Amino acid sequence: MDAATPVVELKQITKRFPGIVANDSISLKLHKGEIHALLGENGAGKSTLMNIVFGLYQPDEGGIEVNGEPVMIDSPNKAIELGIGMVHQHFKLVQPFTVTENIVLGMEPKKMGVHLDYKTSVAKIKKLSDQYGLKVNPNAKIQDISVGMQQRVEILKTLYRGADILIFDEPTAVLTPQEISELMGIMKRLVEEGKSIILITHKLKEIMQISDTVTIIRRGKVIDTLKTAETNPNELAEKMVGRSVSFKVDKKPATPKETVLEVRNLTLKNKDGIAVLNGLNLNVRAGEILGIAGVDGNGQSELIEALTGLSHVDNGIIELKGKDITNKNPRHITESGVSHIPEDRHKHGLVLDFSMSENMVLETYYQSPYNKGGFLNKSAIDKQASRLIEHFDVRTPSIETKARSLSGGNQQKAIIAREIDKNPDLLIAAQPTRGLDVGAIEFVQKQLVAQRDQGKAVLLISFELDEIINVSDRIAVIYEGQIVGEVLPEQTNDQELGLMMAGSKIAGGTA
Amino acid sequence: MSKVFKIFSLNSLLVPLVAIVLGLIVGAIIMLIGGYNPLLAYSSLFSTVFGNVYDFGEAVREITPLIMTGLAVAFAFRAGLFNIGAEGQYIMGMTAASAVGIKLTGLPIVVHALVAIIAGGLAGGIWAGITGYLKAKRGVNEVIISIMLNWTALYFSNYIVRSFLLQKGQQRSEEIKDTASISIGWLSTAFDNARMHWGTIIAILAAVFFFIYMWKSKQGYELRAVGHNGDAAKYAGMNVKKNIVKAMFISGVFAGLGGAFQVLGVFHYQAIFTGSPGIGFDGIAVALIGMNHPFGILLSASLFGVLTYGSAGMSFGAGVPPEIIRIVIGSIIFFIAAQGIVRWVLKPLYLKRKKEKVL
Repeated sequence: MDAATPVVELKQITKRFPGIVANDSISLKLHKGEIHALLGENGAGKSTLMNIVFGLYQPDEGGIEVNGEPVMIDSPNKAIELGIGMVHQHFKLVQPFTVTENIVLGMEPKKMGVHLDYKTSVAKIKKLSDQYGLKVNPNAKIQDISVGMQQRVEILKTLYRGADILIFDEPTAVLTPQEISELMGIMKRLVEEGKSIILITHKLKEIMQISDTVTIIRRGKVIDTLKTAETNPNELAEKMVGRSVSFKVDKKPATPKETVLEVRNLTLKNKDGIAVLNGLNLNVRAGEILGIAGVDGNGQSELIEALTGLSHVDNGIIELKGKDITNKNPRHITESGVSHIPEDRHKHGLVLDFSMSENMVLETYYQSPYNKGGFLNKSAIDKQASRLIEHFDVRTPSIETKARSLSGGNQQKAIIAREIDKNPDLLIAAQPTRGLDVGAIEFVQKQLVAQRDQGKAVLLISFELDEIINVSDRIAVIYEGQIVGEVLPEQTNDQELGLMMAGSKIAGGTA
Repeated sequence: MSKVFKIFSLNSLLVPLVAIVLGLIVGAIIMLIGGYNPLLAYSSLFSTVFGNVYDFGEAVREITPLIMTGLAVAFAFRAGLFNIGAEGQYIMGMTAASAVGIKLTGLPIVVHALVAIIAGGLAGGIWAGITGYLKAKRGVNEVIISIMLNWTALYFSNYIVRSFLLQKGQQRSEEIKDTASISIGWLSTAFDNARMHWGTIIAILAAVFFFIYMWKSKQGYELRAVGHNGDAAKYAGMNVKKNIVKAMFISGVFAGLGGAFQVLGVFHYQAIFTGSPGIGFDGIAVALIGMNHPFGILLSASLFGVLTYGSAGMSFGAGVPPEIIRIVIGSIIFFIAAQGIVRWVLKPLYLKRKKEKVL
């Protein structure tokens, strides 16, 4: 084999789904020992392409060559046979099984036909783990190890099956910053040992950090293939979304008016009787964005649930425009003028098996004109859905498409469209940009600022410090169920916020 | 009406159809193993049902309660609930209709029948409502409660018949009053004395009602939202608990009506059961084969009824034990549940047109 022959070459791959061309004549070359990043927005066609390489889909046109030989990959088994392994975004592991049991699953080593021989596998896994610096304990149970470790088990699984080409699908989405840097180290080690990697991601930072080559896909087409060393994040972002993107949020100073939301002494105990909200106080005024900064698990979710009526508080008062809405039901609170972009869009935000059209009236279906004498007015619902989808540029084949088949970014856009269109006095946005790409993040943040400029009160809850600092007009830090301090974004920095989030009460600014 | 056609798209119709064919093939193989002639068996099965008007009418009679219990199971399923208690609700419907049909006197002809039907529906609805209430308020699994309520209904109804409605010296109730009958005399005559009744018409209307209520009405929208994603329904301000009770109630009304029709239109009395009649359990199978869609259930109940009724003819014509038909039905359900096998059979077709999955 010639050294210049790519280990994998995709030639003019085209894949169509009803109503959409997911991959439009995509060509790509992966060389030995290279980390090749595949960059694109949610729904650009990255996952479809990799599912083709891994044998889950068949291309409608085009072909694949592995080590210069044309191949037909018609199943994941075939892909594995060819040395292609995939580390999925959502792990496919059996929780109560050990690392070894998970890795050998489907190809269990047998002695005398029936007896399972784990010993040799354990040794083999240990050797692989050491070779690539994975530090995995082969005898640990999956349920007892961290998410980062579970991902390494997925990596080991592909290596154990003899993969030379590894596909990582959004590998950092579920990891902590610490785990991300460890993963970067592992990936470098893998290529040093002669493996080749395709990295699917929409995070520019990671691409700049680790990849050698980057191919940008937009709406199913290859826009460009660049050497990472010869490009920069701005260029990549621009190519990815098709226009220039600003990482800074453009906004005028806020002009806050009357108080819209007033929360006093809010206390909420969880099932075990522990106070997860512990005498929390805050207020949000019309025309301002209050950002809640904090480490995950300090009462953010419970605060949102209390504000939106999803759970009952034990003590304290929530007032909306002077009216008590404490412990009212969600519909009452919605009708009082609260919109809520939920933190988990699959759990709360959408009925995934409903059509987009049905989802767009999830909270208003019972009102005129959508409800006519107890019957759904389909034409009014469809009209509303089409209007929102067009206005907020939700990319869906049609309004009859199930919410499940849309990409995360488009699902989020749909929810935001629905919530903003209700014209609320208070907009609660919980992690509104989680899992979104830069183009969609920019869109969401602009919408929040636009709502503020229209005189709405906006409550933003986010774990992303950059987002809190860039978008908020005022920042409140939550720690163990209390607001421990308030700062102004222009007078603070990561370090100060970080300290406050860790519980030290030195509130700067205008606490 | 575009939705009707969408649900009955080639694809969704293909799986049950292929499953039915595979089920019949499995039945044939078992007959061959047993030394019977499957072709003769199936032909005598179908010639029994379609051979003369009496048997055809009786097959329709067989189909009617299956439609109702099938609708009952499917309705709950659409709201995310597994109503395994259609059996008990069906029995309660029978019992209430019997009681009203026998004990209430002096009502004019149509009114008495209507009151008895409504009583049967309500009894089934309330019986299922108990399950819904316990599920909503106490979080008890609906499968467990409704199984227990099936037995409760069986013995409760036997107690009612034995203590209040008994025909002296017999293991059954008195006859219902003629005013409560829903038999259609002229149609029965036309069908050579097969037991034809208005319940069949109501069953078809019930399927239409199911469709309109579930997909066209505001309440149906809520039920489906709760069924697909209770958390999102709660977020959207729907009363999830109320919807659970409502879904179970309506589901039970379907089953209860099925029981009422059987008493008022077919038997005109109620026997003391020695075992569960099984129509409610068959409803689970009917709902499965009908893909939980009301119009699918009309078809699957027909299939189920034809196979069941025709199996008697099969034993006459080909000497095949009628139980073989339960194997066929079981296999059909198996193939519908294990759709992968069906899709594998269809694979040559699928390679040409791939379905939308992930964008």
